[in-house]
Amino acid sequence: MAETKVLEKKESGLTFGKAERKLLTDPLDSNNPITVQVLGICSALAVTTLVSKAFVMAIAVMFVLAFSNLLTSFLRNSIPKQVRMIVQLVIIAALVTVVELTLKAVNYPIFKELSVFIGLIITNCIIMGRLEAYAMSNRPWRSFLDGIGNGLGYGIILIIVAVIREFFGKGALGGFKIFGPGVDFLVDTSAISWLSWYAPNNLMVLFPSAMFVIGILIWIHRSWNPSLVDIS
Amino acid sequence: MHSTNQVIKFVLIMTALVAVVLAGMNTFLKPTHDKNEAVYNKRAILAAVNDYLPSPVTELSDEQVEEIFSKISQTVIKVDGTSVDKEGVIAAGYKEGTASSIDMGKERKKPENEKILPTYGFTGEDGKKYWIVSVRGKGLWDEIWGNIAFEDDLNTIAGVSFDHKAETPGLGAEIKDNKDFYSQFKGKKIYDGPELRSVYVRKGGAKDPDYEVDGISGATITADGVTEMMARGLSYYEPYFNSLKG
Repeated sequence: MAETKVLEKKESGLTFGKAERKLLTDPLDSNNPITVQVLGICSALAVTTLVSKAFVMAIAVMFVLAFSNLLTSFLRNSIPKQVRMIVQLVIIAALVTVVELTLKAVNYPIFKELSVFIGLIITNCIIMGRLEAYAMSNRPWRSFLDGIGNGLGYGIILIIVAVIREFFGKGALGGFKIFGPGVDFLVDTSAISWLSWYAPNNLMVLFPSAMFVIGILIWIHRSWNPSLVDIS
Repeated sequence: MHSTNQVIKFVLIMTALVAVVLAGMNTFLKPTHDKNEAVYNKRAILAAVNDYLPSPVTELSDEQVEEIFSKISQTVIKVDGTSVDKEGVIAAGYKEGTASSIDMGKERKKPENEKILPTYGFTGEDGKKYWIVSVRGKGLWDEIWGNIAFEDDLNTIAGVSFDHKAETPGLGAEIKDNKDFYSQFKGKKIYDGPELRSVYVRKGGAKDPDYEVDGISGATITADGVTEMMARGLSYYEPYFNSLKG
């Protein structure tokens, strides 16, 4: 008797149980949008030249993901099937425009740095991907969490790639010069005899390096997590 | 399956809502956007005289930038060397009527005799007078622009700052990002006797110590754009420079 009662208990709105936590943690590892779902690669190449850019981009994508998931989930039963994708696009585009306008007002220099890439969030496959795969068939709170989770998964990879590219490409992190030739670096390699040959690798500043780094990250992630081997 | 009417209703309501929200946000934020853009442009102008500021421009707050800029004398001139008063600048479409409100992109499209150009007179921390002018041209993908600062002789370059719309990071974008590139311009001269020779960005390395700088590997077209932009852009200021030199 007691068991049936428990099974019949309706799930209330904003719970945060095991299922919800899974929505946040899965995209960090076993369902990472970049290394496992292989979505959103384009922006991961473009904005990872600097850690600060990657960080702002990650926050922007997470915001758009979470709220477009939320809105789409609210509307999932009202959106006419004939215009499903168009409506999804409108939601995404509107949210991205909100982000753009806000960033332009709050931090103009970063806005100039990121320029077209904020607008290109509209084309980021992760967002459309999650809308179709999750928000169209799940409830709002969970869709929102799924958006946050995927945003976090995307953000982690972005920052890892940016750390590698900025450190080896410019010898800096977050603009702060750490390791390279010259007196303005924390560790001045030109002053250390056995490191005097060192010059930052300019290839790291160009897009192809991001492809190599992401490719290697995917390889490492799938080797480290045995459940991901050969899932393709 | 929804009926066509339902679809149209849904789409119309959604479009109207989105339009209202975005338009509203844009109108509300426009003053802030314009203010931010104006300060950003002033920073770029001050960056040309970075070495003569109380602190490097990247360390200055927006208020400090405005304060330093308020002490700069701004003159707007035409290519024939005559100056344009505030009403003239406003008539050209710039509501504030100041040199810093001029949109160089807009001026670039006008025929030479209609262009109005900004000049700035700045007194550095060293007590010396510097002149700053603005130039604009074309890089590889889209427009590039810059601010050139001169010492009082209106011949020796005291510093430059460049920017661009869409040049490639690591290549053309180096004109803005790489200090080793733009710091080369300091000390170069633009006049060879009476002739305006400007500065040549040479692929493969500068040959003349006074009038040439090293190019950027892999960014020849952008570098050529810089050379052209400076030669043409500075020629517009020649009559005015002559009038200043007396």
